[in-house]
Amino acid sequence: MSPLRKAYARPLDLRQGRVEMAHGSGGRAMAQLIDELFASRLGSPFPGQGNDAAVLPAAVGRLVVSTDSHVVSPLFFPGGDIGCLSVNGTINDVAVMGATPLYLAASFILEEGFPLADLARIVDSMAQAATAAGVPVVTGDTKVVQQGKGDGVYITTTGVGVVADGDDWSGDRARPGDRIIVSGGIGEHGMAIMAQRESIGFATDIVSDTAPLHGLIAAMRASGADIHVLRDPTRGGVATTLNEIARQSRVGMMLQESALPLQPQVAAACEFLGLDPLYVANEGKLLAIVAGDDADRLLAAMHQHPLGQRAALIGSVHRDAQCFVQMSTCLGGRRIVDWLSSDQLPRIC
Amino acid sequence: MKFIDEFRDRELAGGLAAAIRQAARQQRDYHFMEFCGGHTHAIARYGVSDLLPANVHMIHGPGCPVCVLPIGRIDMAIRLAVDAGVILCSYGDPLRVPASGGLSLLRAKAALGGSGDIRMVYSAADALRLARENPQRQVVFFAIGFETTTPPTAVVIRQAQALGLKNFSVLCCHVLTPAAIASILESPRVRQWGSVRIDGFIGPAHVSTIIGSRPYEFFAAEYRKPVVIAGFEPLDVMQAILMLIGQVNAGRAVVENEFARAVTRDGNRKAQQLVAEVFELRRSFAWRGLGELPYSALRIRRAFADFDAERRFPVSYQAVPDHPACECGAVLRGARRPQDCRIFGSVCTPENPVGSCMVSSEGACAAHYSFGRFADAAVAP
Repeated sequence: MSPLRKAYARPLDLRQGRVEMAHGSGGRAMAQLIDELFASRLGSPFPGQGNDAAVLPAAVGRLVVSTDSHVVSPLFFPGGDIGCLSVNGTINDVAVMGATPLYLAASFILEEGFPLADLARIVDSMAQAATAAGVPVVTGDTKVVQQGKGDGVYITTTGVGVVADGDDWSGDRARPGDRIIVSGGIGEHGMAIMAQRESIGFATDIVSDTAPLHGLIAAMRASGADIHVLRDPTRGGVATTLNEIARQSRVGMMLQESALPLQPQVAAACEFLGLDPLYVANEGKLLAIVAGDDADRLLAAMHQHPLGQRAALIGSVHRDAQCFVQMSTCLGGRRIVDWLSSDQLPRIC
Repeated sequence: MKFIDEFRDRELAGGLAAAIRQAARQQRDYHFMEFCGGHTHAIARYGVSDLLPANVHMIHGPGCPVCVLPIGRIDMAIRLAVDAGVILCSYGDPLRVPASGGLSLLRAKAALGGSGDIRMVYSAADALRLARENPQRQVVFFAIGFETTTPPTAVVIRQAQALGLKNFSVLCCHVLTPAAIASILESPRVRQWGSVRIDGFIGPAHVSTIIGSRPYEFFAAEYRKPVVIAGFEPLDVMQAILMLIGQVNAGRAVVENEFARAVTRDGNRKAQQLVAEVFELRRSFAWRGLGELPYSALRIRRAFADFDAERRFPVSYQAVPDHPACECGAVLRGARRPQDCRIFGSVCTPENPVGSCMVSSEGACAAHYSFGRFADAAVAP
């Protein structure tokens, strides 16, 4: 008696293959892409895989949900890629609300012709980041757009977490007398990306800081310090994030330029291009606004964590009806640290 | 950072500030114009004004390359991209300068969708590279700037000729610093009426590395105005202010060079020769704020006519009046401060610039808005 014949299917060609329109049209090709490229790598521990939605146990506490679309060029950069970025970015958005991140959903928009090998690398990187963070990807979606209508891969991730009652960290809670802490060197992600753009092409060893921050945040909570606001200063950098908080809380802020942690190579690259590191994106840093008396305790706790070793007190909160974020400059003068107005453009002179 | 931090040192700044306070005579005021946007930026970015005594006043000059670009010139660049269908390459700053019809290069790009091709480049060499990579497309480099950015433009024009490129040309809008200084000193406000007082100039940093300090000697001698050439770091600016006060107090008017680490009296001879080989003086050129100035700008010589976008494409300059409420012209002449303009910070903001001075962070209005407006009388938040 002959054994059952194995279902005939040619496996995905992960070396030479490319994304085709069929991979998004709902047929067998799509099922194969999901099975062989996504599910096998992101392997969710939950039953009922293959359904239209993930079914998860109810959580205790209040739910926190955040969603973020990732469109980065280049897709691979020193220190990471769009895959781990899309996992860490959303974990951080959930975690800065004081929540424990539990699950992620991921949605991919793929451009026809995109190499499957690159896609596999990206999904591997997501899986690795999700495993390291202990936050599984439990459901997802793929769509394919025609060549020229996308930028290789766009990834949207949605994160769900729970926050205990009593932890009310929110952008409107900064109060006069609070102190401002940043968890480490600023501008590293943005400058790592910038240095990779072909039109600039300068050699540097700047590496993106992409990292999940919920471990650091747990250590901060454990310190018992009275934290009022946490936020990760991604797009628009530290300057823009502080302006958002100042407006939400109706307060002013004063930063000390000399206290800003800044890697020398980031400072040099910014200098070279005429950019201000305060406006350059971070992907693994947070800003904490904490009751003035608790600042030292919080800082000490952060210094104990690998992601907070270079945490620094950078300023304080005061009353200001105009909600200006200002800075005492390295020279001893004073300036506004304004909202970012459109993109930072390199200066001519 | 080595060779940078030394020029931003707080202690040295404190020492210089004390020396300036001591040198400045209490019974008089000092009005100095910093010519360059680079100086304007440094003063605002580092809060240099906070370290100066109340009787030392800084007036922002016209040396911001995108600020002096008239609307009609941006219109020409847009027409090249839209009507002639070229790949239009521009430095970053000019992309946001307002043009006619509510457009700017950035807005024109957005409005054109996939068909228009306006690209930001970091150097003239990038534009040349694009031309080589796209032999089937015409590529135009929108060349703007003072003497600092002119030699690189000359280099790519020569390279394009050597390569025999048929698809590369330059929309030349290079302007000359001495012409702008002369225009300010000759203006009735300064010369006859004295309504704008200028006791001396902080002379250009990067421009002077090319042209040297010699061209300013005429201004010092003819108009009796001291000139101190200074670097773009905040301590350079403070040192220059101290030197200017010294000259004014002593009744001297000469050219001094604070930026001796980069500027010589004769400048960069090789760059000057290169520029002279490729460019010649325009009979007249329209500046925003300063109007038509004779022999104040460069055009491409006939020997390189193939690479002159104004000859290759049917575009010509058409003067367009500035927005009636915009005071950029008076700001560029030093006659008004940014915060004196009626639309400053209300209608005209960095997000929606009405005038060119609100565009680049070197522009007087943008610098004051982004760094210094906390010092203005409180406005409704």
